[in-house]
Amino acid sequence: MDRTPNNRAWFLVLPMLALVLFSAVIPLMTVVNYSVQDTFGDNEFFWAGLAWFEETIASERMREALWRNVLFSAIILAIQIPLGIFVALNMPKRGFWASFCLVLMALPLLIPFNVVGTIWQIFGRVDIGLLGHALDVLGVDYNYVSDPLDAWITIVAMDVWHWTSLVALLCYAGLQSIPQAYYQAARIDQAGRWAVFRHIELPKLKGVLLIAVLLRFMDSFMIYTEPFVVTGGGPGNATTFLSIDLVKMATGQFDLGPAAAFSLMYFLVILLVSWVFYTVMTNLDREEEPR
Amino acid sequence: MARITLSRLAHSYHADPKADADFALKEMDHTWEDGGAYALLGASGCGKTTLLNIISGLVRPSHGRVLFGEADVTDQPTAARNIAQVFQFPVVYDTMTVRDNLAFPLRNRGMGAAQVRARVDQVAAMIGMADRLGRKARGLTADAKQKISLGRGMVREDVNAILFDEPLTVIDPQMKWALRTQLKALHREFGHTMIYVTHDQTEALTFADRVVVMHDGRVVQTGTPQDLFETPAHTFVGYFIGSPGMNLFDAAVQGNRAVVGGHAVTLDAHYAPPRGRTQIGVRPEYVAVAATGDLPLTVTRVEDVGRHRILRAALAGAPLNAILPEGAPVPAEPRATFRPDRTLVYSDDWRVEGGAA
Amino acid sequence: MTDAAAPARALPAARAAARAERFPWGRVAVMTLYLLFLLVPIYWLVTMSLKTNREITSTFTLFPRDLTFDNYRTILTDPSWYMGYVNSILYVTMNVAISLAVALPAAYAFSRYRFMGDKHLFFWLLSNRMAPPAVFALPFFQLYSSVGLFDTHIAVALAHTLFNVPLAVWILEGFMRGVPKEIDETAYVDGYGFPRFFVTIFMPLIASGIGVAAFFTFMFSWVELLLSRTLTSVNAKPIAATMTRTVSASGMDWGVLAAAGVLTIIPGALVIWFVRNYIAKGFALGRV
Repeated sequence: MDRTPNNRAWFLVLPMLALVLFSAVIPLMTVVNYSVQDTFGDNEFFWAGLAWFEETIASERMREALWRNVLFSAIILAIQIPLGIFVALNMPKRGFWASFCLVLMALPLLIPFNVVGTIWQIFGRVDIGLLGHALDVLGVDYNYVSDPLDAWITIVAMDVWHWTSLVALLCYAGLQSIPQAYYQAARIDQAGRWAVFRHIELPKLKGVLLIAVLLRFMDSFMIYTEPFVVTGGGPGNATTFLSIDLVKMATGQFDLGPAAAFSLMYFLVILLVSWVFYTVMTNLDREEEPR
Repeated sequence: MARITLSRLAHSYHADPKADADFALKEMDHTWEDGGAYALLGASGCGKTTLLNIISGLVRPSHGRVLFGEADVTDQPTAARNIAQVFQFPVVYDTMTVRDNLAFPLRNRGMGAAQVRARVDQVAAMIGMADRLGRKARGLTADAKQKISLGRGMVREDVNAILFDEPLTVIDPQMKWALRTQLKALHREFGHTMIYVTHDQTEALTFADRVVVMHDGRVVQTGTPQDLFETPAHTFVGYFIGSPGMNLFDAAVQGNRAVVGGHAVTLDAHYAPPRGRTQIGVRPEYVAVAATGDLPLTVTRVEDVGRHRILRAALAGAPLNAILPEGAPVPAEPRATFRPDRTLVYSDDWRVEGGAA
Repeated sequence: MTDAAAPARALPAARAAARAERFPWGRVAVMTLYLLFLLVPIYWLVTMSLKTNREITSTFTLFPRDLTFDNYRTILTDPSWYMGYVNSILYVTMNVAISLAVALPAAYAFSRYRFMGDKHLFFWLLSNRMAPPAVFALPFFQLYSSVGLFDTHIAVALAHTLFNVPLAVWILEGFMRGVPKEIDETAYVDGYGFPRFFVTIFMPLIASGIGVAAFFTFMFSWVELLLSRTLTSVNAKPIAATMTRTVSASGMDWGVLAAAGVLTIIPGALVIWFVRNYIAKGFALGRV
């Protein structure tokens, strides 16, 4: 659409701006404030410059947590994106069964995060949970409380259970927008199923996939409640992700300075990676625009 | 290449069709000769795209059979029928180059790389895209993309027929003529059976050797453009073809006279009084307007379209169009005379043959 | 000059494909497996909610041996439980209302006008969606305490606008772009003032967009725990927080916990059912 230049549009934007300033910018400013100050206690602060940032970068604890998040997000993306696409390809296109599948698939998305955690916490227990018990009966040695690998597997399985439907629903919507003629032409050209996917469906899904990848990356990098409810960050530090560490620091230990510095760097990492993803994928698009 | 036969073909979208109205395609027997250039002409919704899709195999007909040559292909899927179809809007594989697009059908069948290359070069030259083989298909203009679609269809040497579903819809007007000419040249040179669906009579009449006119799910006439123009078998053909279309008047017909609104018109053959709704039809080109004549007219207006003029008038309450040559004066009290050998009789919309005079 | 071998090769594969189109066994199998995967944990939660604590902790049964509704009865009669639901519904509704109220005019501005700094404002807005709630937990706590809004529904509603307003603006702007500007201009020519035009003409046109935005803002606010727990203690405590205190002297009250969990799923399920026709459309967001 041809948008007319009109600076009075700022009035329409003002309510939103005021709200966001209050709910986002001001708190962020306090975080920035804390990040460059130290305290003797009793609410007396003095300027500490970049000391907290340096300490955070040097901190091994922070780097380990960062590594865990990177690993986690990578695994999540590697599983959920292909799985979501696969499910979307297999979904019925229209009619009663389409609605049926859509509603059931959307169900995990609407469960409060702590309930998600609770479900899997129970589900994985060997004594009272279906999964734990089944594995025990099959002779598999499974205990997510004491074994780090089992804890990771449980959390990954939980996240896949929780969020894959988001990717699937996005891809489903994307597939719906492909005109029938493309499929018909492929049949006429005697193209096999894989060729149809590679040359018709995948290119047309690029837009939705960008949204899916961005959302899943951001949310998996920020994850807090679900793993916290299931493992509490344990065993030991095995599943202590950045958010869990941060909340521990901020509310438990009241190390405001380090927590604040941590927060800012955390936020920056997400912003940076998201920006990179976004730019790369929209540029790939622009390369192929008609000249 | 094959001759395509439609045997007792009909199609209904209902599970259990009873009345005529339940059928999207009414029962028909039709043959498309091998190597013919056909246009399938009709208004929107008349079933021409359904018919095309039945031939290509994208739709399975609910009744009847489709034969390619002697083989019954009704149950065969599209991929097995070896046809090519060009759609309304260009369907190209965006991520591939022009060359890869053209090579796609061949590679899917496992043809060797050297053979593929040779054939692609050949076809690219045919459609005039040889200089752009390395370009990505995505950034090309609509007519270039349609040419690629066409090329993809022709690249298989044994293709039975090439089907076109209103392929010039998205093409710029100035390119339409160029593409149509190229299609005609390709047909002359290679002789594929071509079936071209359109609702535009100009496209149909300039492209095809034989035109198949469809109306309301039925084939109403098949013939050369000349046949359709001079002897329309159905009032729809008369109305649809020609600009403006044929004039039609309710009339009482007896022997070699038709009476329209109380005035007599001479016919060139003898007719027994037809049953059903009787009309006579005459094209505006064959209506002579002068100060004297058989039928009185009430003039509505005169349109100047450059090379000739169109007289819009009324006769006995029904509209009448006549073509006036450039420069011919319009009389103050004009009267029309119909050329007897071009005045046709219709009963319930279908043409009636007259007997000897 | 027919290539006789190639059609013969293509034929069996093509015939198999045609046969597969009759009944899609592969698809049905995949979908059944996937849906089972999604439903089994939920099934387990439901059966647990219908069991007594004794049965849960002593034996392992696939189906409740002593079916009981006691767990639900506890929740529905104990204020400390059911108020949790009431609180959650309250602040989520407030959040949806506030988010939409500010997002609608803002999205309109972004879709219709170019103004100074609009691109930057839009991207900065989106970046708020990327803000980890963990980063804001403590600052929000301090902020809302300092203005005396700690432990109120409005505090949680406002806090959730952090990520919901950007999302609502993003979704609404996508839908608004589909409405031609000519409609606005015609309305102005016809003498409509902006507020009247917006409410009586424009909003009905983007009704499905508003529905989609409402669905997503509801969803993300309903499921969020960290901020809603941090900002509340007694009065506005959401059900999520109540659930984390189910440990009693006799050990974990699994049955009640499970019942509480099941009850949190119901509002979500209802919402999905009502907007099921918009789900797929909504995910397309007009942008893809």
